[in-house]
Amino acid sequence: MSEVIVIKNGVDIVDDLINVIVSNRDYLSEIDGAIGDGDHGINMAKGFNICKTRIDGKQLTLSEALAELSDSLMEGIGGSMGPLYGCIFTGWSDSVQGKTELTKEDVQAMLANGMSELQDISPAQKGDKCLVDTLFPAVESFAQAVKEEKTFKEALNIMKDAAAKGRDSTKDLVAKIGRASRLGERSKGVLDAGATSCCLLVTQLADSLEAKMN
Amino acid sequence: MMKLNRIINDPNLVVEDAIEGYVAAHPELFAKTDHERVLKYPSIPQQGKVGIVTGGGSGHEPAFLGYVGKNMVDAVAIGEIFSSPTAGAFLDAMKAADGGAGVACLYGNYAGDNMNVKMAVKKAAAAGITVKTVVANDDVASAPIDEKEKRRGVAGEILMWKVGGAAAAAGYDLDGVIAVAQKAIDNCRSIGVGLSSCIIPAVGHPNFNIDNGMMEVGIGHHGEPGINVVPLQPAKEMAETMLEPILKEGLFESGSEVVVLVSGLGATPTMELYIYYAEVDRILKEKGVKVHRSYVGNYFTSLEMMGVTLSMMKLDDELKKLVDAPVHSLGMVQG
Repeated sequence: MSEVIVIKNGVDIVDDLINVIVSNRDYLSEIDGAIGDGDHGINMAKGFNICKTRIDGKQLTLSEALAELSDSLMEGIGGSMGPLYGCIFTGWSDSVQGKTELTKEDVQAMLANGMSELQDISPAQKGDKCLVDTLFPAVESFAQAVKEEKTFKEALNIMKDAAAKGRDSTKDLVAKIGRASRLGERSKGVLDAGATSCCLLVTQLADSLEAKMN
Repeated sequence: MMKLNRIINDPNLVVEDAIEGYVAAHPELFAKTDHERVLKYPSIPQQGKVGIVTGGGSGHEPAFLGYVGKNMVDAVAIGEIFSSPTAGAFLDAMKAADGGAGVACLYGNYAGDNMNVKMAVKKAAAAGITVKTVVANDDVASAPIDEKEKRRGVAGEILMWKVGGAAAAAGYDLDGVIAVAQKAIDNCRSIGVGLSSCIIPAVGHPNFNIDNGMMEVGIGHHGEPGINVVPLQPAKEMAETMLEPILKEGLFESGSEVVVLVSGLGATPTMELYIYYAEVDRILKEKGVKVHRSYVGNYFTSLEMMGVTLSMMKLDDELKKLVDAPVHSLGMVQG
């Protein structure tokens, strides 16, 4: 098992991200229905499908494929999720520009850059009941694992666990941001749809990278 | 999924299809742009005039596009149902409206709109266009007064566009338009009551639930929960219930002159809006508040929600002059 992942075609990774969102379209909308409009899965799948038509059959670097995903979301769906995920994927894309091989340090930098781009447009904090509750612990745990000299694969698994814990933590949180924040205490007891889609994406990224190790 | 009784083609394309209808029906008001989600007033841009831009989610018709017109909004960014337009749509609306004197982007306080406008303003600056913004936050039910920056923008936005659009037409510069639009919304308070839910066509089932015989006081334009759910009241008491949180903020003291805007939420018969207005008018008279001008109708809706919103703006000489100025748009015709 190698500690360097070779990415011949970035479309493969982004395709996996598209598939996980599109196949969870109804599930994500259902979760959103409890405290939101019930359209999270619809909008996300719409944006990710736009990306599918733009990258299908192409040969792109990971950076180029992620940039297509970012554009598809920012220009395709708008709302809150367009800019939020758009900024995360822009951060990822910028960080891996020109790279066809990724070390765990590269992935760490990529994740950190996505987080930092997100923070440029959103004041969301951990505990607000939003996708940040998944993303930040995932990114931090991966960095910590790298620091502790875990293997690439171990670090990816640690990140997946942190993402799932982060997602689950939103169940008992009171929403402090976005439309659900108007519910106050009534927003408790259900998962946040954004934290759930973020967990699907982070987990899929980890699985797709791991698959390329073998 | 249950079949919806709706006049549509494809539930996923209601926004696209509606835009076609608006443009076909009112070519004197709407011109298409290179961006399919941006419409503009045909004679825009006007050199030397501050451009007025707004935008928001669809489903609130005639807002937002219905306020594109003469002496009001110059270009509008159109989002999915109840979902902010993209940053690209806001940017292209800013470009369409820019006549060299800068652009005032006057919009409502929602997370998505805030992010998309922020990105668009940055890109507009890079393209050499100065854009300044006013964020409407007139809904008293959405946060207490000491957290006013968290309040949503609702039907008071129309009065902000009216004032800002009239100021731009009167030759105000960008800072002047921004200052007076800010004053308009600062002088504005709104609240809504919901009696039934609404269905986003692509979702196919009601967004939330209000039991028969109940009403939700302080409901938002997307069905955001309000202050409380109480048994349905007659129009007289409903007017009192809604005026109470507005008047208690002390803005509309005896002797003040106001504009009142009463809007249905989509399914409310116009007749009932007037039954409601009569009660509001009576209470304001009792309090010594003078209604200078009133608007009653479906000005800012939420798909087929049953309910009513009440907005009031306190006037000074400048606001009065701008509110009284002629306007010609789909949603508002005057003078």
